[in-house]
Amino acid sequence: MLKILKYSFFDLARSRWSYIYFLFYLLLGFILFFLNHEVSKAVITLLNIIIILTPLIGTIFGVMYYYSSKEFTELLLAQPLKRTTIFIGQYLGLSLSLSLSLILGLGIPFVLYGVFLSSAIWNFTMLLLIGGFLTFIFVALSFLIGLSFNDKIKGFGVAILLWLFLAVIYDGIFLLSMILFDDYPLDKFALAMTMFNPIDLSRILILLKLDISALLGYTGAVFQKFFGTNFGMIISMTVLSLWILVPSWFMVKKALKKDF
Amino acid sequence: MTIKSFIPFILLLTTSVLFAGKTKVCPSCENQSIRTAIKSTPVGDTLIIEQGTYLESDLTIDKPITIIGINYPVIDGEEKSYIFNIISDSVTIKGLTLKNVGLSYTTDFAAIHTYNVKTFHFEDNRIYNAFFGFHIEKSKNGIIKNNTIIGSAITEYNSGNGIHLWHCSKIQILGNTIEKMRDGIYFEFVKNSIVQGNLSQKNVRYGLHFMFSDNNQYKNNHFEINGAGVAVMFSKNVIMENNTFRLNWGSASYGLLLKEINDAVILNNTFDQNTIGINADGTNRIIFKNNNFKNNGWAIRFLGACYGNNIIQNNFLQNALDISYKGSMNNNIFDKNYWSEYAGYDLDKDNIGDVPYRPVKLFSYVVNNTPETIILLRSLFVDIINFSEKVSPIFTPDNLKDFNPLMKPIQTND
Repeated sequence: MLKILKYSFFDLARSRWSYIYFLFYLLLGFILFFLNHEVSKAVITLLNIIIILTPLIGTIFGVMYYYSSKEFTELLLAQPLKRTTIFIGQYLGLSLSLSLSLILGLGIPFVLYGVFLSSAIWNFTMLLLIGGFLTFIFVALSFLIGLSFNDKIKGFGVAILLWLFLAVIYDGIFLLSMILFDDYPLDKFALAMTMFNPIDLSRILILLKLDISALLGYTGAVFQKFFGTNFGMIISMTVLSLWILVPSWFMVKKALKKDF
Repeated sequence: MTIKSFIPFILLLTTSVLFAGKTKVCPSCENQSIRTAIKSTPVGDTLIIEQGTYLESDLTIDKPITIIGINYPVIDGEEKSYIFNIISDSVTIKGLTLKNVGLSYTTDFAAIHTYNVKTFHFEDNRIYNAFFGFHIEKSKNGIIKNNTIIGSAITEYNSGNGIHLWHCSKIQILGNTIEKMRDGIYFEFVKNSIVQGNLSQKNVRYGLHFMFSDNNQYKNNHFEINGAGVAVMFSKNVIMENNTFRLNWGSASYGLLLKEINDAVILNNTFDQNTIGINADGTNRIIFKNNNFKNNGWAIRFLGACYGNNIIQNNFLQNALDISYKGSMNNNIFDKNYWSEYAGYDLDKDNIGDVPYRPVKLFSYVVNNTPETIILLRSLFVDIINFSEKVSPIFTPDNLKDFNPLMKPIQTND
């Protein structure tokens, strides 16, 4: 598995797209600091970008990589190798290289502008950690989609739809249901709803770390009470991990049964 | 009458001031007790308290005298009761350190308590560990000036207010520093009074609390890091000028809470880093002018029944949400404000944007109706609905806009 991981990783490390992705974050980081010099403010701006962009890039890269390396995968399947090894190896290779682009791309400007000296270091680490989580989650989901649809266009469509659903439509339904059930106590419901969407969960986790959390008022206090404790932190990290593990488990199951 | 006929009177007056008897108390004097000294001080005389520590409490002053402390003598109430209980007109207390006032759940013990008194003057006193600092009841024409009141309040139910006024009129509260009490300054049924140049900070509840108090002014005060900010409730004709409301940050905090306020003027104030700059509920005919709203969560949040307000020539700078409004009807006027989020243009270069600005975002409207939805703050969906509402407003009142948004911030005096 390590060999395949290594192969995928270096294959991607040589690819143009990884560099573009890396350079994009690098540029973004520098532009942010060019426009305002405060590390803590830059973290807030990054929040918006990370929770939308990492899932999107993860999804597109995942599906693209799956379909473009399909022939190579079939070649590998002809070798005496376990299917689990092949797919998990490829999955980890891709996720790691994307996460690395993110971490290096944003890390370099932040380190140059002195994130280590700033109090925002924990928020920044949290941001990168969550960016990493989101990458792993959405690459797993897109691999699963790739395995489920032989048709490239269909796969692409479904993957984008999934991203759209989790990034936008889910929040719309969330908002509407809260407005409709206005008369009922909604905090527990809101808490549960965020758990079922990794993008929402990531957003809340970072928001609560920032000053802006006071804006959330009473509902925020309920969330703070939950996420502020070690228990809440463990739960939310577990949920994020489950968001990686469950799709990858389905992915492996599908890969084992699939007739190539 | 000529000036000559006044001379005897003037002479009499000056001699009586010059030769007024001065009673003295000090730890090494013949007279070591303030209580007996007060008794032996004739009406209109001065009692001098020299440096030292006096363990006394519940000192009743029933005649017009002046008490002056030299080098801030300490009167320690040993947490028993009141320290001074004033029931006479024209009492002056200056330069004392008063500490350890008793805590009670039935009586509002205070370092200085007055009841039914005219003309008092309390200046330059230092009050520490007091349940209430000043408790002024049914009194008139008083001055409370340059005092320092520092408490150690942690909870609301077992702490008192710094300066507490009840049924008073024509009181001046000037240049005091109040810290860590329940409410810094508390007004209930107070008329025609002025609060000026005070610093009220780190109080458990409000920096300043107005209830049923008409025709008052507060100016040049500084309210910082209070539990919930400043509350002005059920009052008419209040003038608020040149105050600074800062760092009232917390899930139930605001810079200024207005509740049932009519005909007030809010001028030249600065609201900086408050969760909610102004929380307005049932406020009518108020003029908000030349205020600075910087880095607040909400700059102004209008809850129900706010009509006929004029929001003119203010600066709204980098607030998460500028205005939040409830209801579909609006007759409040927003005019000539500077909005840092305004994205319009100014072709004729007259410093007035050519496109009206709509300060209420759909999301802030939704949040006002269903507070729990705030949890979707900064999600992509919210940005999308805000944008679509901006392009074609459906939910927010159509006429709630600033027709003349300024292109450059207003120069204010801070």
